[in-house]
Amino acid sequence: MKTPLYKNLQKKIIVITLVVSFAPLVALGATIYYQFARMYKEKIEEQIRYRASAQAEAVDLFLKERTAILCAMADTHTFRDMIDEKYLARIFEVMNARAGAFVDLGVISNSGQHLAYVGPYDLKGLNYYQQPWFDDVMGKGVYVSNVYMGYRQSPHFIIAVRRQEGLSSWILRATIDPDIFGEIVRSAQVGKTGDAFIIDREGIFQTRPRFSGEILHQCHLNTRLFGTRTTVIEEKSIQGEETLYAGSWLNGGKWLLIISQEAREEMTGLLATRNVEIVIVLCGLLAIILTTVFTTRMAVNRLRDSDQKMNELNAQLIQSDKLAALGKMAAGVAHEINNPLAVIIQLTGWMEDLLYEEEFQKSHNYEEYKQAIRDIEDHVERARKVVHSMLGYARKMEPILEDVDVNETLNQTIDLLENYARINNIDIETDLASDLPIIANDQAQLQQIFLNLISNAIDAISKDKDVTKETGSRGLIEIESRQTDSHIVVTISDNGPGIPKDQQKRVFDPFFTTKEAGKGTGLGLWIIYGIIEKMGGTVSLKSQEGEGTTFTVRIPIVKPEKK
Amino acid sequence: MDYFRVLVVDDEEVFLKTLVNRLNKRNVDTTGALSGEEALELMRQKLFDVVILDVKMPGGIDGIEALREMKKIQPLAEVILLTGHASVETSIEGMKLGAFDYLLKPIKLEDLLVKMAQAFERKDTHDQKIRSARIKELIRFPGRVFEQEKEEGR
Repeated sequence: MKTPLYKNLQKKIIVITLVVSFAPLVALGATIYYQFARMYKEKIEEQIRYRASAQAEAVDLFLKERTAILCAMADTHTFRDMIDEKYLARIFEVMNARAGAFVDLGVISNSGQHLAYVGPYDLKGLNYYQQPWFDDVMGKGVYVSNVYMGYRQSPHFIIAVRRQEGLSSWILRATIDPDIFGEIVRSAQVGKTGDAFIIDREGIFQTRPRFSGEILHQCHLNTRLFGTRTTVIEEKSIQGEETLYAGSWLNGGKWLLIISQEAREEMTGLLATRNVEIVIVLCGLLAIILTTVFTTRMAVNRLRDSDQKMNELNAQLIQSDKLAALGKMAAGVAHEINNPLAVIIQLTGWMEDLLYEEEFQKSHNYEEYKQAIRDIEDHVERARKVVHSMLGYARKMEPILEDVDVNETLNQTIDLLENYARINNIDIETDLASDLPIIANDQAQLQQIFLNLISNAIDAISKDKDVTKETGSRGLIEIESRQTDSHIVVTISDNGPGIPKDQQKRVFDPFFTTKEAGKGTGLGLWIIYGIIEKMGGTVSLKSQEGEGTTFTVRIPIVKPEKK
Repeated sequence: MDYFRVLVVDDEEVFLKTLVNRLNKRNVDTTGALSGEEALELMRQKLFDVVILDVKMPGGIDGIEALREMKKIQPLAEVILLTGHASVETSIEGMKLGAFDYLLKPIKLEDLLVKMAQAFERKDTHDQKIRSARIKELIRFPGRVFEQEKEEGR
């Protein structure tokens, strides 16, 4: 059988099935994951944006509150009161008690002279006229500075308000505690990688970031990327770590509050989902592969089996067709030969008769003639046997149906051949099913079948006689009968030399024989093949060279009619 | 062996001639006929004890038809059929029609002689029976001689 053909078919089916079922599964998985990831990311961005804007508002509120208090204090007190440091100290206390986060408080005249100061540093008497913020305050009335070092040489920022009192004006200035302010900003930090800080328009840190950076140092972020509304940008580090930054402007657009978050941390939920999805898809793929391979293999095997059966059936049909045609031909030939044979036999008989007459008796070739005639008769006899066998196959005689016990028929046949077997050093063993039904068949024909097969077996073993003699082992013929659903199966096995593969197909052909010329006609198996076919049964053989041959006869069970 | 008369019917001329020669050589009074028609003609002229008839004869009437006619002409003549294998059924049919037995071609003369002897014996027995029955009848009812003649004349 052409195995590669089936292998190819199997491969094709598997590949096609896998591609067809994988593609949608993978596409579905990818789409779902992609959509889910997008939504997830949007959600995270939304969240971080919201946090940024909320925090910016909070910080702005903080600054406005401080500014408002400062304004209120400036508006409700006179310059005169304020330059009294005791008075100022009391106000400072009130402010810190109500709002907090003030480090110091000072009053500055319109000429920039620091006239009164409450706080930890010794700043009284300094002139701020040259400081850049001084002009701003004088111009705008309210001023919140960026963080700077100033005279005290530590980073801080100030809130200053101008009070117009009559024609002259003065400035009330307070420093915000950078720690407290930083604390407020940092309260928006989330998780292990989250950060929150403020930078100014130039990207200078206004509060200390949690990672990488110091106050008043340059931040790597480009502030121009952030629009007027809260903006989220994404940044990839060299290591491939993705970080989200949400920026919200505050303090009148001077400062930018940044909330940062490493995407990975936020994405753990998504990653878990992705892993679960991958596992599910992989399990699905595995299941598909296994099922496909399994079912395909099963289907292809079925196909192969049925093909094989078909081929066997075809071979059988061809065989029986061939034999039927040969049978017809043989019958015709036999007939044509039969008549001349009949004449020849009569003529030789007549010649023999004449030989006894006196004139022939005297001939010195008398013996030669006699022998020649005998030889002719012998050979005509041989031809006659062949012709009769051939006619026997073609004979259209219907089998006579009688009640037949197959086992009994077998035993009778074995009895007939037992002597012949013993002479040839062969044992016959039987294993007959005891409960075989009585069937309607032709006993004589069955006997002919068994006789033929068993004597063939004996001949086969005795051909191997030299071997058996040398080894001292005996030949063995095993005869077995058993019943299947619709047939009685008789197997006849010998341990003879077996039949070579190339000859196995031909054993049922007429005139095929392995016996010496003149010893067998080669018609025996051909005839029983015909008989068994007519019965509706089958005969087949299995043979292994050097091990023996088994013939299997299947006889249909036909119940005898009840009488 | 008692002397008896035999008719051999076969369309194969050499076969017929040889068989007739051989039988005659064995002191059997044998006549040959090449066809059914010829055989029937001979039987109308002459009584035969045994007829050897080939069942299969091409042309003219076939063996079975000839057998039927023969049994009409000489009911007591025993007929032995010769047949090839394929016409065994024909032979069986022939036996139903009253043939004594059949032999498969090619035949051996010895077998044929044995069969002929058996056939003759049966014919002889039949003859004897009929004869003795008639004699007994005639002894018991001598008047029936005339009835018998009447019957035969019918």
